[in-house]
Amino acid sequence: MQAKTIFPIAAFATGFVALSVAPFWADRADLRLLMEGLSYLALAQMWNLLAGYTGLVSVGQQAFVGLGGYLFFALAMFAGLPVIPGLIGAAVLTALIALPTGWIAFRLNGAYFAIGTWVIAEVFRLFAAQIGSLGGGSGISLPVTVARSLGEGREAREMTMYYIAFVIGAVSVGAVWALLRSRWGLALTAIRDSEIAAETVGVDTRRVKFLIYILTAGFTGLTGAFIFLQKLRITPDAAFSVNDWTAFVIFIVVIGGVGTIEGPIIGTILFFALRQVAADWGTWYLMLMGAIAIAVMLVDKRGLWGALRSRLGLSAFVTERRL
Amino acid sequence: MVWINAVLQGVLLGGLYALFAAGLSLMFGVMRFVNIAHGDFIVVGAYLILTFVISWGLNPIIGVALVLILMAAAGYLNQRFVLNRVLGKDILPPILVTFGLSIIVQNGLLELFSADSRKLPTGTWETSSLALTDQIAVGLLPFLMFLTAVGVIAAMQFVFYRSALGRMLRATSDDPEIVPLMGGNNARIFAIATALASLVVGIAGIWLAMKTNFDPAAGPARLLFAFEAVIIGGLGNIWGTLLGGIILGVAQTVGAQIDAGYQILAGHLVFLLLLVLRPKGLLPKVSH
Repeated sequence: MQAKTIFPIAAFATGFVALSVAPFWADRADLRLLMEGLSYLALAQMWNLLAGYTGLVSVGQQAFVGLGGYLFFALAMFAGLPVIPGLIGAAVLTALIALPTGWIAFRLNGAYFAIGTWVIAEVFRLFAAQIGSLGGGSGISLPVTVARSLGEGREAREMTMYYIAFVIGAVSVGAVWALLRSRWGLALTAIRDSEIAAETVGVDTRRVKFLIYILTAGFTGLTGAFIFLQKLRITPDAAFSVNDWTAFVIFIVVIGGVGTIEGPIIGTILFFALRQVAADWGTWYLMLMGAIAIAVMLVDKRGLWGALRSRLGLSAFVTERRL
Repeated sequence: MVWINAVLQGVLLGGLYALFAAGLSLMFGVMRFVNIAHGDFIVVGAYLILTFVISWGLNPIIGVALVLILMAAAGYLNQRFVLNRVLGKDILPPILVTFGLSIIVQNGLLELFSADSRKLPTGTWETSSLALTDQIAVGLLPFLMFLTAVGVIAAMQFVFYRSALGRMLRATSDDPEIVPLMGGNNARIFAIATALASLVVGIAGIWLAMKTNFDPAAGPARLLFAFEAVIIGGLGNIWGTLLGGIILGVAQTVGAQIDAGYQILAGHLVFLLLLVLRPKGLLPKVSH
């Protein structure tokens, strides 16, 4: 193994180990920040899998974050499911709902697919506002008993919550990596590099894309369910926010490097670093983010990791096959 | 009677949506390019006319002329110096750049004009109406708005199919690789197309300001309405866009008649239904 892979692998492995024992070194505020970071990492990995590998650029992923959140609240409140089965149930149901929405959205291509997914997310937001038993437009809080069931005492509950977030974040990276190293990964990288060429060698591109769409919807739903478990309150505007669950996620992937596994990880770190520094600037902070995303596209659309990789040959999560 | 009235008001509202959609349709037709910030640019047009006429007290005609000139010039420069650099086979860069522009414009407007909802008062235009029967009346403002939409679309049709400029635009749309061989300049043609589209966006913004309340965050919803009108009508068919706008407008006013909470939802649902039934739109592109 070369230094070009050893150094990045060591860096990511250190990060992984540090995160796996975070409740023993981080205080409450830091832990909360890490949970949010891990959630964003999962959302970014999913958006990157969809846009970076299958070319399906969605600006409607908030549909699945919101669905996951609402379904989790409904399962916990009406079906009385415990937290973990509730999270998994919300993910599965979100993936099932994604079947018909994907069937409709796939009638549109390219940029029109992007805006079509946004329309679908709006439909879910407007529907959620009409459901009286889930609080309608003003939203609803999670019953205290659900949060209490996570553990005895605040510390135990926070520890449980953190490890749920850790598993979601770690699995999002691990699953994408495993997927890309499998037969499916070959098909995905082929589609990423040239869709026409992929078809000529026998990849059923439409089927692969649809499956990835459903898979990312389910995992995005799981992450959404966790996010709103952590927030303890859900409203249609917060659940289906295009800024929170799509714009920020796209920003993370773009600055980190689209079409790589490392990109979303680097992007999440940069996003939270920028937010810690500039969040108080209000509108200027958001304008700065927009400007950075545009600058990345104009200067080097591969993003930070993509640029580093091509100049230095760095790689941590090896997915390429070399002869 | 209330239903007939709802349909009639919906048709007139459709004129506004066709105005929103016309610029989007033109840019897609020439450059295969979708501007995510389209709705935000419409809102910029609305704030410009508000600033010129209310804050600066300019004569409305001068105000309108200034808005149109500024929008067209901004569109030309934006295409020439930013958007042309990201056009290509990869669809991701143009989507992301215009998404970034959308965020910058929304927050810039918020910084300049606050989050307050605004509207451009039009005096007697708002209150005058033509009574068709005892219970149905057509407001002067919606009627003029609909006429503007028909006029704009007829003008676009004329420019596109009857002028030398339109010939260049259509040629670029058909094959952007051959046009430069014939002495055309794609970068310039694209910039002119965007300038034209931005002019129409300016008109749409002025009508948005007169017809409804708007605020800095009003852009994305306008983008979605514009997009729906284009898809319902059929890509690349300008008169189809008018039809799409009308269908969307009627769906919304009829939905609102059922329950005020269903207005926007009804429009989206009719769009999705038509997408399932007629994925190519009601009036798909005709070959010329």
